[in-house]
Amino acid sequence: MDELKRTPIYEKHVKLGAKMVPFGGWDMPVQYKDGILSEHHHTREKVSLFDTCHMGEFTISGKGSALALDRIFPRAVADQKVGVARYNFLLSDKGTVMDDLLIYRMGEEEFMIVVNAGTIDSDFARIKSLIPSDLYISNNSEKIGKLDLQGPKAAEIMEELGFKRETLPSNYKWIKTSINGIPAIVSRTGYTGELGFEFYVEADKVGELWNILLSFNDVKPAGLGARDTLRLEVGYPLYGHEMDENTTPVEAGFSAIMSLEKRSAFMCENILKDPSKITKNLIGIILEGRRAARAGNKVFTTEGKEIGSVTSGMFSPILEKAIALAYVKPESGLTPGKKVNLEIGGKLFPGDVVEMPFYKNGTVRMKIC
Amino acid sequence: MKKFTKEHEWVLLEGTVATIGITAHAAHELGDITYVELPSSGAQINAGEVLTVIESVKAASDVYSPVSGIVEAANQELEGNPQLVNESPEEEGWVCKLKGVDASELDDLMDEKEYRDYVELL
Repeated sequence: MDELKRTPIYEKHVKLGAKMVPFGGWDMPVQYKDGILSEHHHTREKVSLFDTCHMGEFTISGKGSALALDRIFPRAVADQKVGVARYNFLLSDKGTVMDDLLIYRMGEEEFMIVVNAGTIDSDFARIKSLIPSDLYISNNSEKIGKLDLQGPKAAEIMEELGFKRETLPSNYKWIKTSINGIPAIVSRTGYTGELGFEFYVEADKVGELWNILLSFNDVKPAGLGARDTLRLEVGYPLYGHEMDENTTPVEAGFSAIMSLEKRSAFMCENILKDPSKITKNLIGIILEGRRAARAGNKVFTTEGKEIGSVTSGMFSPILEKAIALAYVKPESGLTPGKKVNLEIGGKLFPGDVVEMPFYKNGTVRMKIC
Repeated sequence: MKKFTKEHEWVLLEGTVATIGITAHAAHELGDITYVELPSSGAQINAGEVLTVIESVKAASDVYSPVSGIVEAANQELEGNPQLVNESPEEEGWVCKLKGVDASELDDLMDEKEYRDYVELL
């Protein structure tokens, strides 16, 4: 196995007492001294800072970029305004998900694509193979560092940094700015279900920005452990769990945001628009007790029929119950309100199918001015 | 007599009753504990069998019984407050008590100093 990569602020994590674990080829902090539960609650109540330098950034530009990307991504790119970031999916020829990503429209014919760490090389090769060869594409993952500031008090921290609230980007918008002299792209995006901002800066400035953001009393570092529990509590998919090359974005529940009925002439259109290609549906389950289901645990109807399996499961720190995402057969008709049993460690545990998200009081869409 | 296993459980034998829990090292490694499956009173447990499942935020771990006996009591406090295992793993966070335990089953286990030395080497 290749040696694990380190982000520019690896040493800072170690000094803070982080427990480091391999993730997507990187040696990343899973938690700091306070632990995952404490980091989770701190993010829901105040603000947490996450090192997300492991993620990848590509630039695509040149005349025709917008139309080229519009053809390969299932969610429209051509009508995306400059200054907007959009969640989207990189597809295989089968219409399944090779990665979930964010596309930032930086200019009329310039885009930044932000991808998961473990799929940087395969994503880059895939996108390059799909766009016309006269477009410019570069992988800037090594040159760009990324930090996520997430939590209901994130806007207050931005104010402390000298930003007026009315100048901060609204949900899924980005601005080009500077923070204490550090040039940065700041978007109002994140993976926690809370109000928050993601910062893209030059890799050698990440340490300085990390120090600035951590200097505020309300800001604490949080690791990948809390990042995972936070995202699952709001039902966000994790690549490799809820989505992979055996899953279409339709199966993962993203039909509505893709507005497929309004789209035409995009890759895999015939597959994504064909309801008969749907082999499974993603559902959310709240268990009655604290015992957590884990990926791979089987899902049964109350009549004892096996109908699917869990993709992610954990104890929800806020609900104080176990929660799980699972794929089930479409014909099982499991809608919110229905009951299921999950097989964990050879025993059956009852749960309720619920509306998503599990945690409904996240501040992600909060008005900040 | 308090003894320790390589799997990071501790056993405190008083007469023929053994109190069992996980060590401070194990609790620290697991991180925030969110669930402890308590064994049923009266159940016959053989050494090496799964005694309980302890879950942290990230993972579930089987805890194997270091000795044989009959479950006399389980720590009901853990049902609502599993984090007691993090806070006081070797005292208030005990998991269960087995009765009818044969002291000779503890012979091969480590004493406190041996266990601390063992953990140092991990």
